[in-house]
Amino acid sequence: MALLEVENLQVHFRTLDGVTRAVDGVSFHVNEGETLAVVGESGCGKSVTAMSILRLVPEPPGRIAGSIRFQGRELLTLSDREMRGIRGNDISMVFQEPMTSLNPVLTVGRQIRETLRLHQGLDNKAATARAVEMLALVGIPDPRQCVRQFPHQLSGGMRQRVMIAIALACNPKLLVADEPTTALDVTIQAQVLGLMQELKRRVGAAIVLITHDLGVVAEVAERVMVMYAGHKVEEAPVAELFRAPLHPYTQGLLGAVPKLGSSLTGAQTRLAEIPGQVPDLKLRIEGCVFAGRCALATDLCRAIAPALEAKAQRHFAACHFAPRAAAAA
Amino acid sequence: MSALLEVNDLKKHFPVRSGRFGFGAAWLRAVDGVSLHVDRGETLALVGESGCGKSTVGRAILRLFDITAGQVVLDGRRIDDLPADAMRPLRRRMQAVFQDPFSSLNPRMRVRDIVAEPMRNFALATTRREINQRINVLMDKVRLPRDAVGRWPHEFSGGQRQRIGIARALAAEPDLIVCDEAVSALDVSVKAQIVNLLDDLQQELGLALLFISHDLAIVEHMTHRVAVMYLGKIVEVAPKRNIFAAPRHPYTRALLSAVPVPEPGAARQRIILKGDVPSPINPPAGCRFHTRCPYVFERCRTEEPELRLTGDGRHFAACHLNDLPPAENPMTSAIVAD
Repeated sequence: MALLEVENLQVHFRTLDGVTRAVDGVSFHVNEGETLAVVGESGCGKSVTAMSILRLVPEPPGRIAGSIRFQGRELLTLSDREMRGIRGNDISMVFQEPMTSLNPVLTVGRQIRETLRLHQGLDNKAATARAVEMLALVGIPDPRQCVRQFPHQLSGGMRQRVMIAIALACNPKLLVADEPTTALDVTIQAQVLGLMQELKRRVGAAIVLITHDLGVVAEVAERVMVMYAGHKVEEAPVAELFRAPLHPYTQGLLGAVPKLGSSLTGAQTRLAEIPGQVPDLKLRIEGCVFAGRCALATDLCRAIAPALEAKAQRHFAACHFAPRAAAAA
Repeated sequence: MSALLEVNDLKKHFPVRSGRFGFGAAWLRAVDGVSLHVDRGETLALVGESGCGKSTVGRAILRLFDITAGQVVLDGRRIDDLPADAMRPLRRRMQAVFQDPFSSLNPRMRVRDIVAEPMRNFALATTRREINQRINVLMDKVRLPRDAVGRWPHEFSGGQRQRIGIARALAAEPDLIVCDEAVSALDVSVKAQIVNLLDDLQQELGLALLFISHDLAIVEHMTHRVAVMYLGKIVEVAPKRNIFAAPRHPYTRALLSAVPVPEPGAARQRIILKGDVPSPINPPAGCRFHTRCPYVFERCRTEEPELRLTGDGRHFAACHLNDLPPAENPMTSAIVAD
């Protein structure tokens, strides 16, 4: 049994001018200790998927349907109280903006202690000791000093380390990281990614990493799921996805990324463009969601939405024209 | 041929209040002695991490504020000390494209008026017919449908808005466009569209670009030369190939090695820098990078290295390591494998 199983997840938002189908029928699973990357561009529904795992989508205007099972337990039917017992304890989250996701008027120490007191019933002294330990673990130079500081006294990279310390304080089994390094500079990003990798080895948590950066994916993920306009269009082990992407959207995405060192090999060419833009999620899309921008699209694509099928071993794609490897039964 | 734009020893210090009730003013040295030049039709990329002063350099060149010291020379004429009325006609020759396409277009103006404004300001076209004609040409150039001119900015996506911003910049028929993180806020597939567009426009119109960015992969794709900034100073400037093949400053090397490469399992040597960038209010003595440099030695802590020619004709770097004999210089191996 997988650690997390999501089936036919639908997250719709009722807005003034119609229903936005942010996530429209997405299924996936995360195994224990695994890193799954969810990739896609803005508005593809990747962050909403992440938020719904923790049931952080405001309802209303949002509405979550489908099934999310964590260790076999259905999360969508839990009471708020039961859900609070899971958040921060079994499943925790790291957000993109370390500036806005920490409370500016509470010290760092107090914010870490809060989780520990609530979930593990530690007293103040024990919680402080554990907070210092966690801050040392995430590589904060002077953790004893840091517990007394306020978020604004820390740099962006340090704040993100604090976020990770809070997320890992209760030894969660699953860490949902929503663009954890996007707001950081590259040299700091390298530090934080290295830290996440190392902590994963030590704590053994599974990670769902939401990102738009294919470089980050290549570096830390084991399996990748590509989303487009609220749908999952491809899923494969990371090496396979980069070696042989099957969905035209994934292919376009990979072609559009400039590669470092391209000027040296003479391989520098024009960047591949994906013409057009993401469709409006308020309109119901008949057929394939990518058909409007796809070079291969035919009448078949515009009429019938392709199902997500196994095209090769552990490699799934939702495209009528993706070649099927002989190995896939 | 003289350069289109020359910047000599540019400094911009901002006052910051510190201490009790603002007594004891301090200065934030955002830019602290930067010299560079951009030739006609050339792209110079200015790269660095947040807070290194790269945007301040761009804004100082555009004269969006007065500078503390130094010179900005446009086409042989010093512009940093010109009075406002003498500056005005020169502003036509330098235009800007900004990062955030959502806040850099006036939401109460239709696309037509946004693009026509520079033409009216600089009297490039006066009659309605002439203006409309030019707008149509510009829309074609930035590959937007001609009927988009009657719509409002909020009706467009980020990439399309950036095209409108580019059309507005081109409307003034500039010689130089300062692109301040012009593609950073865009999604991968749209980013590629805008990068290609800027590339084409440069070739077609012979524009010079000052491309300010933190994204080295994008920079490598579209620039001729690269200047790397750290804490208000340029630490290295060289033709693209030199920077990416054989960087001569440890910061450039660390920056390059930190970029995640979209290639799973790619074996790379990564230099992870320790700590954060020091504060520009109180920069470290000696070499500003010495607090994070993996190769720091005694001289770096006391003596500030100058930006000097190293090796190849146009490769400048500010690092004491380059004074060592090649055998002792740790910066010999390539970072990005061929």
